[in-house]
Amino acid sequence: MRQSFSDTSDSLPTIPPLLARAITPLPLLPLEIALAGFLQRICRRNPQVFDRLGPHAGKRFGIRPTDLPLAFVVEASPRRPRLSVVRELPPDVDASIASPLFNLLALLEGRLDGDALMFSRQLVIEGDVEAVLALRNAIDDVQLDLTTEASSLFGPLAEPVRRVLAAARASVLPDTRPAEEVRSWS
Amino acid sequence: MELICPAGTPAALKTAMDAGADAIYCGFNDETNARNFPGLNFSRDELRRAVASAHARGVKVLVAINTFPRASAVDLWQRAVDDAVKAGADALILADVGLLDYAARTHPEQRLHLSVQAAAANPDAIAFYVETFGVRRVVLPRVLSLPEIADIVREIKCETEVFVFGGLCVMEEGRCSLSSYATGKSPNMQGVCSPASHVAYEHGADGTRSRLGGFTINSFAADEPAGYPTLCKGRFSTEHGTGYIFEDPVSLDATTLLGGLRDAGVTALKIEGRQRGRAYVESVVRHFRRALDALAAGQSADVGQLTPFTEGQVTTVGAYRKTWR
Repeated sequence: MRQSFSDTSDSLPTIPPLLARAITPLPLLPLEIALAGFLQRICRRNPQVFDRLGPHAGKRFGIRPTDLPLAFVVEASPRRPRLSVVRELPPDVDASIASPLFNLLALLEGRLDGDALMFSRQLVIEGDVEAVLALRNAIDDVQLDLTTEASSLFGPLAEPVRRVLAAARASVLPDTRPAEEVRSWS
Repeated sequence: MELICPAGTPAALKTAMDAGADAIYCGFNDETNARNFPGLNFSRDELRRAVASAHARGVKVLVAINTFPRASAVDLWQRAVDDAVKAGADALILADVGLLDYAARTHPEQRLHLSVQAAAANPDAIAFYVETFGVRRVVLPRVLSLPEIADIVREIKCETEVFVFGGLCVMEEGRCSLSSYATGKSPNMQGVCSPASHVAYEHGADGTRSRLGGFTINSFAADEPAGYPTLCKGRFSTEHGTGYIFEDPVSLDATTLLGGLRDAGVTALKIEGRQRGRAYVESVVRHFRRALDALAAGQSADVGQLTPFTEGQVTTVGAYRKTWR
């Protein structure tokens, strides 16, 4: 699947505070089970990510969407990658990465440039900066397409689900490539 | 003019090709190249595959082996030369005279380019590399004005490549010791300027402090654009006041000078940024592809702005149009 990109790091939309507040009372366990399975599947399909992580594989990364009342702890261990969903990041993570949710998702897919987000102060990093850099470069090389990864969980409905997710993504992060290329890539 | 584009990963290489690169430069994942950052660069196998896929699309691959070998480990750099040649690299980008000598003697058919790290900034220096090692192209340091580049091109017997976008050094390319002073590691020897392992960010109510090797080098208010945590872009308090005493955090953008560079006789235009992600590669390469195509067609092109990708969210034409002494 070809990737599309944005040529701007202007702010993407954020989760409305009302919606974020509505999420707050929901239990975290179902989300944790779903996302942990999702992470393990991605790692299985892209084992090269651990080569790029090198000595940083196995470190604990705290990921905090600043517009949501929750955060994620990811342990990128080659043997058993783990993900937990928490209300607040624990103090013992090796590094933490904070930015609005859509920025983080766009970074995961390599659709936004991490350095550009740092320059514009939309991305905050604390702790082991080297580990974060290795993680960023490892993920960037994987060329993740979250719509494809997520829709594949829906069996025969994968393709229609992927289209819906892709349309939702396009509404948040418009494709800036020339129209003729967008057509030829689809 | 050829468009020479950066790739820190195989995925970035593919992105650069899709966006219109004529050639792509990259390096091995060790200290032989000046972007030896964690998680970045190419294994031997990845380079072989990258060269094959690039050649299938008519794109050249240039391999940067542009740090200076340590006395006790010269073989590491020589192996990199051998492996890049074996992988089918279209050119090697070298800086060290010993390594240039090795490459010229061991692989006499291999095309050699002189890295910006060699800091060859005048016709005599360039002639030395051309006559001694058969260098076919020199990457000019970012210290020269447009008229100076035109003068050099007239006097030398090799091609020239100049930077048109990306990070700027403080005009000490290949000689800068600032990172080494603060961290013990430098782009010249270990391939890392201000290594991430020595960087720390402290976030407080008054903004963010960046520290390098224990030195506080800058402090940004919450809504103030930032730059890389390098000493040269640090903001310091001195008896003359507080400010950027080496260089402001800005990025080079020579889009408006492409016609002048063509008229000066420049062969190739280089985009800095092997450490950047695919989003940067895609947007910057596509921007310059459009600008060059428009230039070739004699048209003006509204190619947009690249400011969001720049340090400090500010661009400059650097030394190309010198307005300072």
